[in-house]
Amino acid sequence: MASVPAVLNSEWTKIRTVSSTTWTLISAFVVTVAMGAALSALLNSQFDDLPTAERATFDATYVGFSGMTLGQLAMVVFGVLVVGTEYSSGMIRTSLAAVPQRGSFLFSKIAVAGALALVVGLATSFVTFFVSQALLGDHRTDIGAENVLRAVFGGGVYMGLIAIFSMGVATMLRSSMLSLGILMPFFFLVSQILSAVPGAKTVARYFPDQAGSKIMQVVPDAMNSDPAPYGPWAGLGIMALWVIAALAGGYLVLRKRDA
Amino acid sequence: MIEAVGLTKRYGAKTAVDNLSFQVRPGAVTGFLGPNGSGKSTTMRMIVGLDRPTAGRVTVGGHPFRSLPNAPRQVGALLDAKAVHGGRSARNHLLSLAQLAGIPTARVDEVLGVVGLQDVAKRRSSGFSLGMGQRLGIAAALLGDPRVLLFDEPVNGLDPEGIHWVRNLMKQLASEGRTVFVSSHLMSEMALTADHLIVIGRGQLLSDMSVKDFISANSADFARVRVPPEPEQREKLTAALTEAGGRVMPEPDGALRVTGLPLPRISDLAHGAGVRLWQLSPHQASLEEAYMRMTQGAVDYRSTADAKEGLVPPPPPYELPPDSGLAQPPELPQRGWYAPPPPGRSPAAPAPSPHPTERETSEESR
Ligand SMILES: Nc1ncnc2c1ncn2[C@@H]1O[C@H](COP(=O)(O)OP(=O)(O)OP(=O)(O)O)[C@@H](O)[C@H]1O
Ligand SMILES: [Mg+2]
Repeated sequence: MASVPAVLNSEWTKIRTVSSTTWTLISAFVVTVAMGAALSALLNSQFDDLPTAERATFDATYVGFSGMTLGQLAMVVFGVLVVGTEYSSGMIRTSLAAVPQRGSFLFSKIAVAGALALVVGLATSFVTFFVSQALLGDHRTDIGAENVLRAVFGGGVYMGLIAIFSMGVATMLRSSMLSLGILMPFFFLVSQILSAVPGAKTVARYFPDQAGSKIMQVVPDAMNSDPAPYGPWAGLGIMALWVIAALAGGYLVLRKRDA
Repeated sequence: MIEAVGLTKRYGAKTAVDNLSFQVRPGAVTGFLGPNGSGKSTTMRMIVGLDRPTAGRVTVGGHPFRSLPNAPRQVGALLDAKAVHGGRSARNHLLSLAQLAGIPTARVDEVLGVVGLQDVAKRRSSGFSLGMGQRLGIAAALLGDPRVLLFDEPVNGLDPEGIHWVRNLMKQLASEGRTVFVSSHLMSEMALTADHLIVIGRGQLLSDMSVKDFISANSADFARVRVPPEPEQREKLTAALTEAGGRVMPEPDGALRVTGLPLPRISDLAHGAGVRLWQLSPHQASLEEAYMRMTQGAVDYRSTADAKEGLVPPPPPYELPPDSGLAQPPELPQRGWYAPPPPGRSPAAPAPSPHPTERETSEESR
């Protein structure tokens, strides 16, 4: 049996030797930081024009994370490609012929890629926080303020979980194209739109991204968003359940299907 | 040692592998032959645990592949040379595989040298030619210095030098006592490389014997006899030869194939019957012919006649007697001594040229 450290080592070699890893993770970082910075600067200059309700629930931390809606898409691409290219290239057969224990293979791959996504996510969220606060002027908050560290740390975890969720989905669908074709519109459009539609939003708030992003709010119902029936940690918990479900589904498919 | 017992794989209604039982022994190159879609790759995928058998089982060294301790060190497989991430360099691809089995990095450079890819080791494999990809796949199979090696069409895309190299590599691996299982479409290639042959068609075992036995069982000698184009001459000779214990089979171009009688005896019998001989030549059915004959009933994908053929009027050699049965496709003979027409050619049309492996001795040779 191929030992788990050996598989981890091999997966690390695989992940660091393809260029898609670099460009997806750099995109996630740059997009999140840049968009957060731009929006922070904008809101700083136009703070007085904001509706009263938004001013009352102004959340400097959450505003800084505005770039996450786009930045997370790069994380989705990263997660999908890590798994999907094994299928599209046929490498999966070489891999599984070398690691017949499919569970070790899948979870080692996801552990390595997930850890990398988490590290990049944390770096992104902390850099985003400090850059955006520097641009928010008088409206800034401090990392030492109540719940801020939780939100910033949570933002990094959120990015990591998005990537891992995508890996699980790609394992279930066994195709990069199909997974991207489903996940990208879902996170970018469907989830955002449904969460604004009355009626649909009671369901949409349990979507992984909607639930998970609550962790990034310091002020409850930040920026006059809809109140959720769960707190920030429970929201992250809901997202974690989605991730576990995707991984379990992926594992079942991988174990059962012919490669 | 690879052992399959009642191995069966169905994809929906399609039975790709049908109750296959065989053994692949160490110390020999075992060729695995079959037409397109006969189930060779499926069988190999089941050996390495990628596909789960619908029924039956296959073991490597007595264990199902999935429960082998440190599989890459025991079994090396080239299944699909293109099955690499094209963005990764050849060396990094092999490195990731080596790390799985705790194989030292030095071994990676070693196998790169063995397959002759050391100069392109740092290049992305997406830019590799078919043959280079094949070499990379062979390198991956050799990486763990395994006792059991599987190669699915390893010479596919290789130049003659590469084919020669693979042939010698297989033989060398077998001479080191390893189990070498190689699939191919080409009987001629296997006749040069393999010691043992397993032939399948439509997923079923057609033959499992040593190459030597295969040759003696299938490449029967025969004589080709040509008589003047008069039906009574043919009939007289056929009767005389059959009476003397020979077997006579008409060939598509009007000649007669005779087995079971030595050439001088055929000549004597013809003389006795008052039949003039225009040709009497010794032949040996090639292995390729024997193989095609064996699998012809099991070919899934064959070409149909090109309609253009009808544009060229076939030059009739002579009038065939209406009852000679030559206008119909000949039925599959019981004994292997009658080569079928190549796919797509009407059996009544003349053969374009003598078979290259036949020894032409008569005036017919050109
Ligand atoms: N994953 C699959 N799903 C459905 N059918 C399959 C699958 N894999 C193989 N088959 C079918 O099983 C049969 C055997 O295929 P296989 O690839 O094993 O043949 P092969 O002997 O390797 O052929 P070739 O010489 O062309 O490589 C084919 O009819 C093929 O269509
Ligand atoms: Mg095949």
